[in-house]
Amino acid sequence: MSEADTLLYLDGVTVNFDGFRALNALSLVLEKGEMRAVIGPNGAGKTTMMDVITGRTRPDTGKVMFGLDTDLTKLDEPAIAALGIGRKFQKPTVFEPHSVWDNILLALSGDRRPRFSLWARETAEEKRRIESVLETVRLKDQRDRRGGDLSHGQKQWLEIGMLLAQEPQLLLLDEPVAGMTDAETEQTAELLREINRTRSVVVVEHDMAFVRALDVKVTVLHEGSVLSDGSIDHVSADPRVIEVYLGR
Amino acid sequence: MKLDRTAGLTLGLTFGIPLTLALLNQTTDVSAALHVPTYVIALAGKYLCFAMLALAVDLVWGFAGILSLGHAAFFALGGYAMGMYLMRQIGSRGVYGNAMLPDFMVFLGWKELPWYWHGFEWFPFAMFMALLVPGLLAMGFGWLAFRSRVTGVYLSIITQALTYALLLAFFRNDMGFGGNNGMTDFKDILGFPVQADGTRSALLVISAAFLCAQYLVARSIVRSRFGKVLIAVRDTESRTRFLGYRPEAYKLVVWTLSAVMAGIGGALYVPQVGIINPSEFAPANSIEAVIWVAVGGRGTLTGAILGAVIVNFGKTWFTGALPNLWLYALGALFIFVTLFLPNGVMGLFAARAKKPAPELEAAE
Repeated sequence: MSEADTLLYLDGVTVNFDGFRALNALSLVLEKGEMRAVIGPNGAGKTTMMDVITGRTRPDTGKVMFGLDTDLTKLDEPAIAALGIGRKFQKPTVFEPHSVWDNILLALSGDRRPRFSLWARETAEEKRRIESVLETVRLKDQRDRRGGDLSHGQKQWLEIGMLLAQEPQLLLLDEPVAGMTDAETEQTAELLREINRTRSVVVVEHDMAFVRALDVKVTVLHEGSVLSDGSIDHVSADPRVIEVYLGR
Repeated sequence: MKLDRTAGLTLGLTFGIPLTLALLNQTTDVSAALHVPTYVIALAGKYLCFAMLALAVDLVWGFAGILSLGHAAFFALGGYAMGMYLMRQIGSRGVYGNAMLPDFMVFLGWKELPWYWHGFEWFPFAMFMALLVPGLLAMGFGWLAFRSRVTGVYLSIITQALTYALLLAFFRNDMGFGGNNGMTDFKDILGFPVQADGTRSALLVISAAFLCAQYLVARSIVRSRFGKVLIAVRDTESRTRFLGYRPEAYKLVVWTLSAVMAGIGGALYVPQVGIINPSEFAPANSIEAVIWVAVGGRGTLTGAILGAVIVNFGKTWFTGALPNLWLYALGALFIFVTLFLPNGVMGLFAARAKKPAPELEAAE
């Protein structure tokens, strides 16, 4: 792999919370266009890793690079979002009083400054983009419903739709199928594969069936660092992984 | 701009009722059955100015989630700017007959007008200051607070501290704003005698016009895309950051605008009540403004106006009939509204019309 193909590069990232080491010299490289599944037991540092990438948490030591020359540890959340890193939270967080349509509208990539949004009118181009996102996440019929009135699975999809509307280069998804039915889980896997055709994706997940369905390279985290990586069959045969998952 | 029924009614009543009162005061004889006495005109004018303060509070509290417990400070600063203009208009008609210095400065033995009083004899300058001073203070305060991500109850407490600090400062005689007694005994405004029926009626109608204008501005802001972002910030601030928005910028804009709106209310309040003193900075005043909004219905704009008028009408009645019980009544009202009318009086209307709660309606 050449350096120019690297999209995200974490090197020796350590985060301490009052003596608890959430990340311990974590290193991870993600290529452009790659989809990666990150698994690991509770407390392995999966969410902290996302916090570090999106600027919510500053690492104590280590490098976090986006592309070749952007140091993410120097930027705050809005700046990182503007670079093209989108994030979906574990608990779906959509804007509840707003309609599905407006949720997507607010997520559409574009000028984020008050001086723009004070005067902004919905353009035909924006309408077209919203339509296309709603189509992708299958919420076309729900466009006028309040975000807060959607079912759990629909909220998850709306949030993925909001991510797509941001047009990020990299999507970080924290447990996207939590609380979904089997059918919804399957549809989500399909959706992610579709998204992955044009964008890089990191999925943190507990649901092993879902990870298997994605059929991508898996990274296993344990106590804040990488325990094992490779195909799902490779890591599930790794004795250290078995030890961590079953040995306690 | 498209107006729905609520907005149409709000504007119609907010302008129509004061206009009717003013016309009845001016065109009917004192003995006529329909005559509106001048004290009612002054009271109505006062309510409208309070409604501007309420609207300002609702804009930040209802739509940006910033619970300000110090908004009366901006109102009072606007009032002081108007007070300074009115003091300069007294000229040599003061007790000491000094054409240059207001009475309280002569009394303190000052020889010349402090530098910051210059220009206030000129009405446009004074009015500009009534907007600029609250706006600048809010901008500085907001820039520091929002950038440091101070939110919730902590922010409420420092807004309370802000108004309390100003209260103490304006109490001091050497600040040059009349100290404890403030400013009063005004004679005329733009050449019209402040106490005259005609001036009072005109001020009432002007206040109504300003309130309507503020309502329209606030309404178009909360319905714009800016307003949608604001509501998103109110409900899930961190989510908006990950979408690339800077919540602090949005809060700062709406907070500063809200302070200016409160300042306009204060500037119109002073000629109608005839006095401005440091008690306007009292923390209790700001808390009362929050109660008006809660009673009317937070996040509805119309409710803010309604709440300010209802509660102040009650206050006028109570302080006349049962003066000792007013604060208990206010406290009881606040508890009642919190427990049984979470969406205020506007919530009652919305429930009757079987519509979503107005707070949410405003978001659409």
